[in-house]
Amino acid sequence: MTSFVPRWIPSLALVAALVVAVPGAALAKTEIHFWHAMTGQLSQALAEQARQFNDSQTEYEVKPLRKGNYAETLTAAIAAYRQRNPPHIVQVFEVGTQTMLLSGAVHPVHELMRQHEIRVNWDDFIKPVVGYYTKDGKLYSMPYNSSTPILYYNKDAFKKAGLDPEKPPKTWKDVEAYARKIIGAGAAKCGFSTGWPSWTMVENMHATHDQPFATKNNGFGGVEGVELLINREFGQKHIGALAAWQKDHVYSYGGRAGAADPRFVNGDCAIYIQSSALIGGFTRSVKFDWGTGELPHWGAPYKKATSIIGGATLWVLKGKPDAEYRGVARFLEFLARPEQQMWWHVNTGYLAISNTAVRNLEQGYHFVRNPKQYTAFAQLTGLPPMAPRAMQEKKAAPARPERVATPNSSGLRLGNFVQIRDAIESELENVFAGKKSVKQGLDDAVAKSNALLKEFAATNKP
Amino acid sequence: MKRTVFRGRLLPYLLVLPQVAVTIVFFFWPAAKSLWLSLYKSSPFGGRDVYVGLENFRALLTTPEYYDSVVNSFVFAGGVTGLSVLGGLVVAGLANQKIRGLAVYRTALLWPYGIAPAIAGIIFLFIFHPAYGILPYVVSFVTAYEFNWLLKGWVAMTLVVVATAWTHLGYNIAFFLAGLQGVPDSLLEAASVDGAGGVRRFTAIVLPLLSPVTFYLVVVNMVSAFFGSFGVIHAVTHGGPGGATEIMVYKLWKDGFIGLNLGSSAAQSVILMAIVIGLTMLQFRVAEKKVTY
Repeated sequence: MTSFVPRWIPSLALVAALVVAVPGAALAKTEIHFWHAMTGQLSQALAEQARQFNDSQTEYEVKPLRKGNYAETLTAAIAAYRQRNPPHIVQVFEVGTQTMLLSGAVHPVHELMRQHEIRVNWDDFIKPVVGYYTKDGKLYSMPYNSSTPILYYNKDAFKKAGLDPEKPPKTWKDVEAYARKIIGAGAAKCGFSTGWPSWTMVENMHATHDQPFATKNNGFGGVEGVELLINREFGQKHIGALAAWQKDHVYSYGGRAGAADPRFVNGDCAIYIQSSALIGGFTRSVKFDWGTGELPHWGAPYKKATSIIGGATLWVLKGKPDAEYRGVARFLEFLARPEQQMWWHVNTGYLAISNTAVRNLEQGYHFVRNPKQYTAFAQLTGLPPMAPRAMQEKKAAPARPERVATPNSSGLRLGNFVQIRDAIESELENVFAGKKSVKQGLDDAVAKSNALLKEFAATNKP
Repeated sequence: MKRTVFRGRLLPYLLVLPQVAVTIVFFFWPAAKSLWLSLYKSSPFGGRDVYVGLENFRALLTTPEYYDSVVNSFVFAGGVTGLSVLGGLVVAGLANQKIRGLAVYRTALLWPYGIAPAIAGIIFLFIFHPAYGILPYVVSFVTAYEFNWLLKGWVAMTLVVVATAWTHLGYNIAFFLAGLQGVPDSLLEAASVDGAGGVRRFTAIVLPLLSPVTFYLVVVNMVSAFFGSFGVIHAVTHGGPGGATEIMVYKLWKDGFIGLNLGSSAAQSVILMAIVIGLTMLQFRVAEKKVTY
């Protein structure tokens, strides 16, 4: 019988036993479940960050799991929480912030770090980002992927229309004039289009013009009695202009979220206003020469204020054994490190959000080599519109910051915000289609939103 | 005739138990749960359920958007049912002829039914999207007409009706084909001998004989359009523009799963349930009288 068994079989068995034993040791690592909504290249970048963290220590293993889009991920986390088996970390989009804050289901990040005595210098983080997720001076969730809307423009179309391809429009009057030239020259079918209509054209327009979006300090001052203010003079002026331009293709409504992205990519629209996070995608997919600029402004009498962010943060859910939260805290601290911030920014196009990371990027000539990436930082923080290093090289005098940070530009905190955006975009569509007057559409959007805010206040008494 | 007689009283109950259990767990229990939820306002993460009586219903019945979604549902379900049943009948009639390659045609005609509604939506999106669809692109060469359903409500509605009807089509064709083959040739021949033309033969003989199938398909398509037609709308229009394609089932999903307003969502599902039960009963009461089995 022995003759049939080669000699190496026993040693093979030993190796097999070892192989089985090693993953056994790995299993002893505490698993940290991280539910997210990133797709494609972004999802790969996230997985890479988790892998780097897992390799950097031996106690914890972060396991990322994609649960669908933002809304689906949140719904899944809620269902899991209700069944008392939540993930440790869930990625929630900015509009879900108020829901999460009042849920009673989260460990505030600030407290979590203090409990586990893990120091993160939150003062080093960019104010408009951290402020969006801070309550009573305490940070509740870990900012992860943040972006802000900027202006993209087709340099080839600008050239064809006789415009200076290095000068993106700065005011809405420029936008209109450029658009008419571009259409007149046949350089594109439409002047400009927009992504995320409520975010870019209503929320951020109010912020950058220092106009209140909602009462009670844009909702930061409480839940009860908050009402929208977007149907006032400024809202009517801006949406009225868009509705008028819609008629002769100066503006062309292209749908919600990223539905209009192809209209810029395929050259239909020469100017596009959309999240800064698309720089990476456009770099790969756009075949013509293009550039970025800051959001256009209506000029005096409105102040020029900073823009507000979009994106998502990481929330820590209650309901797991206490000991496991140490691993969560360590992972969040890992993500907060400047080198991780820089890596994330370079690989995804989302903003690096600590000042140290931004400074390091600047030192490494990142913005000189990637001027498009700088636009969002300038607009969000009020920095000069050109990176300091690039100015040095051009021997230009450093410009004064053009934008001021005001309470109106510090973010929005509204309950039922997802439905409010839906209500606003619905009414914008009615206005652009000519079904309702500008005033009527905005009034209806406000009435619907106010009912949603009232509903939220009734259900979520803090 | 041989009759099977079960000995003992337990066995028959045991045999129906699985079906009853499935019905209770997957139909009655969730329905009861929505009925209960519809009387509460509850915070998304749980822990705070406040009894509010009929407030959720009152809130719904006083918002114009809700009535819009009811009207949209009837337009949508009526359009889908009409188009897919009529279309199914016509195509089945064509496929019931003696033509070469019949088996291939018949198999191909069933394909749309095998396509998930969400995928069907994506296919239509690629054909009709104003920014990257092939059809608007081609149309723009021929005419100046701008095929933009991102702003035109009725165009968007037509699009989702056609797309949904297309997904139902294969199912309807299968049933009509089976029905048509059940029409005895002898009857048709006798009618021909009596001098009845093609149209007369169809209306006097084929249609009445098909009425049970037609009735069944109308009910099934209607219920499916009301309850299950979610994928196409979600993939193509998201209920827009301006709520023009927001049917009841889409609104209740959106309010419940995106808006996290569980109470209102449950109330909407209760109303939807009542409407569909009412419609089905009405169809059985009224239409069934005209059905000859």
